Amino acid sequence: MDLPAIHPKTPALEMTAVSVESQRDPGSPILENVNWSVWPGEYWVVGGMHGSGKSDLLAVADGLAPPLQGSYRLFGREMPAAGDQFLSERLRIGLVFDGGQLFHHLTIEENVALPLRYHRDLAAGDPGETVKTILEATGLSPWAGRLPGTVGRGWQKRAGLARALVLRPEVLLLDNPTGGLDPRHFQWWLDALDQMSAGHGLTEGRPLTLVVAAEDLRPWRNRAAHFAVLQKRQFCPLGHHPQLAGLAHPLVKELLAEPPGAA
Amino acid sequence: MDERNPDTMATSSARALLPAPPSLLYADRMGGVVFRFWATVRGLAAFALIIFGVIATKFGAARDVTFPAIHKEQARTGTQVLPMFLFISAALGLVVIGQTISWLKELGANSLLGPIMVAVVVRELGPLLTAMLVLARSGTRNVIELGTARARGEVEALEALRIDPIHYLVMPRVIGMAMAVFSLTIYFILGTLASGYLFAFINNVPLRPDEYVQQLTDALRGLDFVILALKSCLFGVVIAVITCYHGLAQPLRLEEVPRAAIHAVAQSVVACVLLDAAFTILYIFA
Repeated sequence: MDLPAIHPKTPALEMTAVSVESQRDPGSPILENVNWSVWPGEYWVVGGMHGSGKSDLLAVADGLAPPLQGSYRLFGREMPAAGDQFLSERLRIGLVFDGGQLFHHLTIEENVALPLRYHRDLAAGDPGETVKTILEATGLSPWAGRLPGTVGRGWQKRAGLARALVLRPEVLLLDNPTGGLDPRHFQWWLDALDQMSAGHGLTEGRPLTLVVAAEDLRPWRNRAAHFAVLQKRQFCPLGHHPQLAGLAHPLVKELLAEPPGAA
Repeated sequence: MDERNPDTMATSSARALLPAPPSLLYADRMGGVVFRFWATVRGLAAFALIIFGVIATKFGAARDVTFPAIHKEQARTGTQVLPMFLFISAALGLVVIGQTISWLKELGANSLLGPIMVAVVVRELGPLLTAMLVLARSGTRNVIELGTARARGEVEALEALRIDPIHYLVMPRVIGMAMAVFSLTIYFILGTLASGYLFAFINNVPLRPDEYVQQLTDALRGLDFVILALKSCLFGVVIAVITCYHGLAQPLRLEEVPRAAIHAVAQSVVACVLLDAAFTILYIFA
C-alpha cells in the first residue's frame, strides 16, 4: 500500500480528541479531549502540578503509550500503539526522562553510544566521533567512563539529553528537565534549550522543536513561545509568552508565583 | 445419648464444639490459586512466543549490540561459574557415585558400573543439577537485574530509543543461557564421571580405566547425545524465559523484585522437573 505523501506544512505532533491514560492508575484517563498541534520549530512549555498528567502526555506524544481515545499523528502519520511500524518517523522524536533513566550497567559513554550502535544504519559518519562531540557539547567528557550511579543527578540528566540527541531527533520532549537541579545545572539547561530551539551545532543548525513539561513556569517566561497547562483533566493552551503574565487563569498565577519565602 | 452425634445434640453451644464445615473462604482461596496458576501459564506461553518471534525475525539485526550481549551472557552464566561446577561435580562423583561403586564392588557387579553411571549421571543428575545450579546463580540474577531495570524506568527508556527490550535484554539471555547450560552440563558430567572413577580407584575396585571407558561407551546410545543436548538447551531456555518474564513482563516496583525472584525460582524448578520427567518418558518409549 502506498503511504500518503507528507505535506511540508504538517504539524510535527497532532492530537485530536485524545484521552491520555494514567500510568499510575491504568485504564483510567488522566487527560481527556486533548486537541493539540505542535508545528516544526516551536518551543512549548506544558505546566501542571505534580500528578497532573505531564509525563503521561509526553509518553503518548513519544509513542510509548497509546491514547485511550482519539487520534495521534506524528509527522502526519497515524501512529499505531507500538511496534516497529513507522520506525523512521518514531526516530524523529526523542524523549528525555525526568531522572535521565540511564542504563545503570553501562557507562555514561556507552549509554550515549547505545542508540547509535543499535540503529547502526542510521549513523552518519563515525559513531565514535558523534558520541565524543555530544559528550563534549554537554560537558560530560570527564564523566564518560563513569557508571551513572557514581555521578550526580545533574550529570545523569545531561546524559539523558545526550543519549536522546545522538539520534538527531527533530522533536525533543523533555520531562521536568530542570527539576531538582542546582543553579549551575539549571542555567545550563535553560541556555542549552534556547540554543537548540534557535539552531545548534548538534542539530546541524536547524531549530529543534521542543516540548518541555514543567512544574514551574517562571524560568520559561521569556524563553518558550507557547504555553499550556494541565488542570482538571484538561489540556488548556494559553497562547504566546507575552500574554502569559496578563492571564487571569488561577493555575497560571500559581505556577508563576514566587515560592513562599523567596522574597 | 451420643454426644458426638450432631443429630442428638440438644444445645447450640454443644454444636459449636464440632468441627466446622469447609468454609467458602477456603474454596475462594483454592479458586484463586487455580486462576493465578492459569494466568501465569498463559502469560509465560505468550511471553515465550514473543521471544521466539523476536529471535526468528530479528536475530541478525543490531548484531553489534546483541552478539556481544550473547557472548557476555555465555561468559556470566557459563565460563565464570565453571570452577564452581567442576568442584560440585567432583564432590558429587566422590560422594554419591563413589558410594554406588562401593556397593557394586561388594556385590561383585562391576560390569554394571557403566550403565548405572550413564543412567544416573548422563541422563538424569547431570542435566538437572546443572539446571538447578544455573537457576540459583544466574536465574535469580536475571530477575533482579531486569526487575530493577524495569522499576527504574530503564525499559521505558529503551522503548523511547526505539530499542526492542525483548531483542536487547531477553534474546541474548535466552540464547546465552541455553548454550551455557549445555556446555556446563557436559563439563559437569565429565567431572562427575572422572571423580567417580577416582573414588573407585582409591577403593581398590578392580576396574581399569579402559574398562571403565568401554563400559560407558557401551551403555551410551546415539539417542543419549541427542536428548542430552535437547534437554540441557531446553533447561536453559525455560530458566531464561521464566526469570525474564518475572523480571520484565510485569510492572514492578523495587520492593516487588524479591517476591518476583521467589516466584521465578519456584516456577523454574517445577518447569525443569516436569521437563525432565517428559524426557524420561521419552527414553522409556524410544
